[in-house]
Amino acid sequence: MPRILTGNRLETGDVLWWTGTDWSPLIRDAVAIGDEGEALVAQLVAAERINDPALIDVTGEPGHWLPTTTRERVRASGPSVRADLARGSLSTEVI
Amino acid sequence: MYRYDQYDQAIVDARVAEFKDQVARRLRNEITEDQFKPLRLMNGLYLQLHAYMLRVAIPYGTLSGTQMRMLAHIARKYDRDYGHFTTRQNIQYNWIKLEQFADLLDDLSKVEMHAFQTSGNCIRNISSDQFAGAAADEVADPRPYAELLRQWSTLHPEFSFLPRKFKIAVIASDTDRAAIQLHDIGLQLRRNDAGELGFRVYVGGGMGRTPVIGSVVRDWIPVGQFLSYSEAILRVYNRYGRRDNIYKARIKILVNELGIEEFSRQVEAEWAELAPLGLDAPQAEYDRIIAQFAPPAFDPAAPDDLDLSDPDFAVWVSQNVHPHKAPGYAIATISLKPKRGIPGDASSAQIDAVADLATRYAHDEIRVTHSQNLVLAHVKKADLYALWQGLDAVGLATPNLDLVSDIIACPGMDYCTLANARSIPIAQKIAAKFEDLETQRDIGELKIKVSGCINGCGHHHAGHIGILGVDKKGEEAYQLLLGGSGAEDTSLAKILGPGFDENGIVVAVEKLIAFYRGARSGPDERFLDTYRRLGPAPFKDAVYAG
Ligand code: HEM
Ligand code: SF4
Repeated sequence: MPRILTGNRLETGDVLWWTGTDWSPLIRDAVAIGDEGEALVAQLVAAERINDPALIDVTGEPGHWLPTTTRERVRASGPSVRADLARGSLSTEVI
Repeated sequence: MYRYDQYDQAIVDARVAEFKDQVARRLRNEITEDQFKPLRLMNGLYLQLHAYMLRVAIPYGTLSGTQMRMLAHIARKYDRDYGHFTTRQNIQYNWIKLEQFADLLDDLSKVEMHAFQTSGNCIRNISSDQFAGAAADEVADPRPYAELLRQWSTLHPEFSFLPRKFKIAVIASDTDRAAIQLHDIGLQLRRNDAGELGFRVYVGGGMGRTPVIGSVVRDWIPVGQFLSYSEAILRVYNRYGRRDNIYKARIKILVNELGIEEFSRQVEAEWAELAPLGLDAPQAEYDRIIAQFAPPAFDPAAPDDLDLSDPDFAVWVSQNVHPHKAPGYAIATISLKPKRGIPGDASSAQIDAVADLATRYAHDEIRVTHSQNLVLAHVKKADLYALWQGLDAVGLATPNLDLVSDIIACPGMDYCTLANARSIPIAQKIAAKFEDLETQRDIGELKIKVSGCINGCGHHHAGHIGILGVDKKGEEAYQLLLGGSGAEDTSLAKILGPGFDENGIVVAVEKLIAFYRGARSGPDERFLDTYRRLGPAPFKDAVYAG
């Protein structure tokens, strides 16, 4: 199962996904992470600019990721009860 | 209302300056997240699913219009235009940015507010009766004593690192609107035959993983000595409460392990040492604080009759308005459970509107209730109609207090990192099944309470119907509990049977209510009473059989 890398930006708390070169607030921009994932997380923890970095399981394909847990789907889409605050790249419908 | 003196303000200012410095150091990466996290938690700042969440303390749930307007300003300027009123009479914001936090704290402190001691293992915000100072059945206003507790517990050096969080509630009438028996300490102010005031003290109540109803540790402590007595309880707890296991660290576990007699003996022994040391506030301090809670100047000529010719207004009055101790006045509850709304949420426009209505019609005072509603405690009956129209204009005139759609729900998995399942959509789906007001009123008082995990922030153990979100192999699932109460007849809800999925739990609640409507002995028998009379078996059959 593909894994992608997520975390929260220290300054804002924003939920972010790793695009391979940078961070994006949209899960569709995420890249699948291979065996280098754990090392990347260790680096991020040491750098202290991204809180709670984590590798999460997803299904789908680049541009159309769907996290396997409800919790991560909620993080990706925004609160299911506030469609007006949805993040954009994943509809709250999928939660 | 209580106003800060120079000491209160100096304490807040110093604490805000300290935390601003800690935030700045974290932003410059001079301290690690591991070092910073306990500091931010002590200042009410959590990292939740979507952003930082800030919990602002509302002492004993009372706010002035100015403070309320500041809450709206904060929602507008630093958040996404809304806030969430909680079961502990506080407010939470869900989208706070660390880089703006210093400014936010400055804004709060301008109106004598802050966020410290809203998290962490300390004495949390003191809660109280939302009808304080207005209820006909109270022996005195409980809030001066809650304020004394606030001052005593604020940054109390000995009690900043307790084994676990500590929650205190204070009331002054036999009707319990603050769930005191489900607090670490519950205080009921009473008057004895000699006319003196004193407290009945409950200890060791709580919800969460191990729900317990508090026990009476002392039936009478004179009002002049309740601080030193509280100090004695905290000392025994601080010394012997378990620090080895977070799930056994609350005072309720200590009280259970020792037994209430032995616990009480230890508290008495501690108090015998403490009482002579002069820890209690001098009478002048009591007088100073009580004077600040003096009732507003009620108009003795205020007419006591009410024009109920508008039927929608009449329904709101019969559901959401309570009698006041002063003739010509009433207590109005503003439901934060509108159709299809989110329990406890209010937009900044609504918060501002309530502040303005309070200034105009309610002596500038607002209360937050543990059921996530708001109260205007001193409204002239002659102003009720205008108030109701003002509320209706901002979608806040829902006449459903204590009815099936007046549901408590914690943020659940829509916001909370600890959640197993979502709470808010369950509340919304149940409420949608009973949208018709006549049906709701026919069902009568019914308290449904939903928590998204075992921590029980949504008080599911105190629900007539309680719903608990659990994780079933990665899927959201819900347990059904029946028979709880957080009122003076406190009881703990018990699991009825196997759990359900999201739609199943809604159907189960419908079946329970249908059964109750057929089985009640008369229109005045509440759901809870029918359950207590018949026991769980027929309710279980109604849900699971066939
Ligand atoms: C950031 C979100 C929250 C977190 C992380 C959180 C955490 C917790 C935890 C860990 C407990 C269990 C404590 C224990 O059993 O020792 C608890 C209990 C509780 N929380 Fe929350 N909570 C959150 C939000 C809320 C909200 C929104 C409310 C009000 C609606 C609330 C009110 C309560 C109450 C009343 C209890 C029960 C107290 C008791 O055990 O006696 N919390 N919370
Ligand atoms: S009960 Fe659980 S899910 Fe709900 S707010 Fe509390 S910790 Fe979060």
